[in-house]
Amino acid sequence: MLIYNLMVVDLLPNEQADRVFHALADATRRDILLRTLEGRHNVSTLARRYPMSFAAVQKHVAVLEGAGLVVKERSGREQLVSGNVDTMRKAYRLLEQLEAVWRGRIDRMGDLLAEDKRHHGGTKL
Amino acid sequence: MTVTSVLKDPEALTMTITADLDATVERAWQLWADPRQLERWWGPPTYPATFVDHDLSAGGRIYYFMTGPEGDKAHGWWKVLSVDAPNRLEFEDGFAKDDGSRDDAMPTMVMVVTLTERDGGGSRTAIETRFPSLEVMEQMVSMGMDEGMAGAMGQMAGIVSG
Repeated sequence: MLIYNLMVVDLLPNEQADRVFHALADATRRDILLRTLEGRHNVSTLARRYPMSFAAVQKHVAVLEGAGLVVKERSGREQLVSGNVDTMRKAYRLLEQLEAVWRGRIDRMGDLLAEDKRHHGGTKL
Repeated sequence: MTVTSVLKDPEALTMTITADLDATVERAWQLWADPRQLERWWGPPTYPATFVDHDLSAGGRIYYFMTGPEGDKAHGWWKVLSVDAPNRLEFEDGFAKDDGSRDDAMPTMVMVVTLTERDGGGSRTAIETRFPSLEVMEQMVSMGMDEGMAGAMGQMAGIVSG
């Protein structure tokens, strides 16, 4: 069916999308992501910000990395983490499309209701 | 007719759109309760909807199809989960086969429509769409892919004729 052919041409593959939403479901990971979207951080500096072990923070970073939300690089002995803006954008694009659908529907509801007014006002189309 | 807020929650997989309508709650309810009115706004101009069965009581079934520019048809169904006319409607929305029976291989989503009286006249409609998974959200959203374009065309037509 034509409509199904329109499906998700350039959006996230489903598996990755699930990982993105899972990654975003945790407050610490959201915080790490926000910080790394602002600039590169090394993992040990990040780890000091949270009341948990270095290993736990490393795990959170790994979840974010698996979802494609952050990228890790090595710089000497340090591991640098930076946010991946593209992935974030794609995740939100889906909901933006849904919003467009409903804005269209609500516009049409408005057109329909406006007809009542015209009929009652005696200025028929 | 103004969209007053759009809340997107990618974690909860919900979107809630709220609009102020220049109509009483009873009048706005008819947009959902009268299939002839419903089919004038549900589908985009390029995919107008035809509602064949329309039983808006609790447990009731609704069957509709949308017809594309090349005569292609997309079939859908609703199952009314709860209804409290003229204030609240909750239904499951899914895909149907060509014969109108529900296609259980395809995903469904739940919508909750709430209509309230507004101070100073008119009413407010809030529509919450809830998806069971991101995969479903992608499939459902794709149903209206050309909507943005259709809306833009409608606006242009309005400007030209105005």
